[in-house]
Amino acid sequence: MYSYLLPEFAIERKTERCIKCRVCERQCPVGGHKYDPDFDAMFSYEEVCVGCQRCAVFCPTGALCVQPHSSQYRLNYSWSREKLQDLKKQAETGGVILTGSGNDKPYKVYWDHLVLNASQVTNPSIDPLREPMELKTFLGKKPDSLEIDLNKEGFEIKSELNPNKMIELPVAFSAMSYGAISYQAFLSLAMAAKEIGTLFNTGEGGLPLEMREKYGGNAVVQCASGRFGVDSEYFNCASIVEIKIGQGAKPGIGGHLPGEKVSFNVARNRMIPEGTDALSPAPQHDIYSIEDLSMLIYALKEVTNYTKPISVKIAAVNHVAAIASGIVRAGADIIAIDGIRGGTGSAPKIIRDNIGIPLELALAAIDKRLRDEGIRNKCSVIAAGGFRCSGDVLKAIALGADAVYIGTSALVAMGCTLCQKCYTGKCSWGVCTQDPYLSKRLNPEIASVKLVNLLRSWEHEIKEMLGGMGINAIESIRGNRDHLRGVGLEGWELDVLGVKGAGE
Amino acid sequence: MGKILIKPEVCIGCHLCEIWCVVAHSRTKDILKAFLLEKPAAISRVIVEERLPVTFALQCRHCSEPDCVFACISGALYKDSASGRVIHDPEKCVGCYSCVLVCPYGGIIIDQENKKVTKCDLCEGFEKPYCVSHCPNGALVYADQEKGGV
Repeated sequence: MYSYLLPEFAIERKTERCIKCRVCERQCPVGGHKYDPDFDAMFSYEEVCVGCQRCAVFCPTGALCVQPHSSQYRLNYSWSREKLQDLKKQAETGGVILTGSGNDKPYKVYWDHLVLNASQVTNPSIDPLREPMELKTFLGKKPDSLEIDLNKEGFEIKSELNPNKMIELPVAFSAMSYGAISYQAFLSLAMAAKEIGTLFNTGEGGLPLEMREKYGGNAVVQCASGRFGVDSEYFNCASIVEIKIGQGAKPGIGGHLPGEKVSFNVARNRMIPEGTDALSPAPQHDIYSIEDLSMLIYALKEVTNYTKPISVKIAAVNHVAAIASGIVRAGADIIAIDGIRGGTGSAPKIIRDNIGIPLELALAAIDKRLRDEGIRNKCSVIAAGGFRCSGDVLKAIALGADAVYIGTSALVAMGCTLCQKCYTGKCSWGVCTQDPYLSKRLNPEIASVKLVNLLRSWEHEIKEMLGGMGINAIESIRGNRDHLRGVGLEGWELDVLGVKGAGE
Repeated sequence: MGKILIKPEVCIGCHLCEIWCVVAHSRTKDILKAFLLEKPAAISRVIVEERLPVTFALQCRHCSEPDCVFACISGALYKDSASGRVIHDPEKCVGCYSCVLVCPYGGIIIDQENKKVTKCDLCEGFEKPYCVSHCPNGALVYADQEKGGV
């Protein structure tokens, strides 16, 4: 069938700068550049270009510029170019349109409508370079009350404490499985988490045996609906066990790792035959109620001998606060909440772009509900989905999160350009592919340093912002919404967020 | 003397090492002039070997017992005892290609234009070989033995 689609991107080659070195040709995994020996010239094939910018970054003479294609249909605010292209795509294929990364639609980003406070005159700000600043975060259930016994040596805690995991700063890497991302990317996350003293999350792809001893202490291992890679050693080598109920990018649906991505090693980790599709069902088929969830939580607590916090990850949807309350009462020590802008390696576009609610509103609602019910101490809340900078992180903590998961930001730090073609397995940056020719483009020694640098810079920025507020510990801003003000928000939004408007 | 270590597991086969080798051995050291202006263009002394998905960049290993030096009939190739480098003197080279035949690594490059050979000189005069400093993925590492390297 002849395709009626317009090219998404235009490749501009400044011929006066092109030295025909063919680096662009070799770096493009979809064949967007070709050298023609008859013309002794480079040619571009725009119809395949996904705008990943690999060629533009690697061109040694800066001869390439890749930008959105200027060809347009007649301007129509209802029928955008994207909508028309999608219709044509579906007419040509009869399929569900797949995509990767997080929701890119212009839903309100509440972080951009919240501002943080600072000290002026009436209370002093703190210089974090001169004074200690505490970002240590403990994840897990806290006791209802703390009974201590004062004696000559000091004091002793008499209350029974639950297992908690300490992380050096309230930022961890979110669930990205080996299989969805390359081994190199997966290893880079683990290396960086260990170096910084935070967590990475295995997703539903198992934890390779050779990584367990070294990186298990920094791992959150997932138990998801496909139960891939799950056994008792897997749970016991980790710091936290997470039950994955849902994902912000695709609430209510499962996962599908195509057989082409199930290489020998991916298959071994997932304990499935090589080359077969790894299908994660939409629900966990043993969880149809809060009571069922409780059974799995306690089964996992039994398996880990009550030594590890159990987390439950859900997507932000309607009634999320009530669901969260049920999860806490089911015995979860941590709730991870993934908002509508959470990323994915593959999801139907219609689901990614239309299902779920913004994280900010869900987070505020959950924190308020758990406080109102007097059970906020019984769990930690990890927020996930679309954290772009340390400002977003601090705002989330002020809204009530204990820590945040970052996925997309970490991938971007490693090279990802959000071209949204993760599901094709042809990631030109070596992040989201199992092709050995492409995945070696990501050098874990370099990528892990970039991730560590990213977290260190966020750590500095968070300390600076806290210092400006006159706060010297992250605990003091947690759930402290008085340090937030809304700008350009309506009354109901301010009510849900529990913050005042700026100037109030 | 330093040595260039090769890491095939992270070599991405972009051939930028070859491009920058040409620039390093050009007259102008300017990438555009080296490729578009200089005639004849400089020759890359590093070659990316490929059998996909495996790729790696290979240049003269500066062997401790170099076969090319033993085979050289004109004395153009010699081992510099002070620096440890295997050095090629184009003035003496007669283009017999004996060195090309005996090098087990394929590290000697034929210079068709001048009917001579050329080879890696570890970028004498630069702090680091150009192929190493311009590798985008750390697939070439310069280990300076005097500074405690390999």
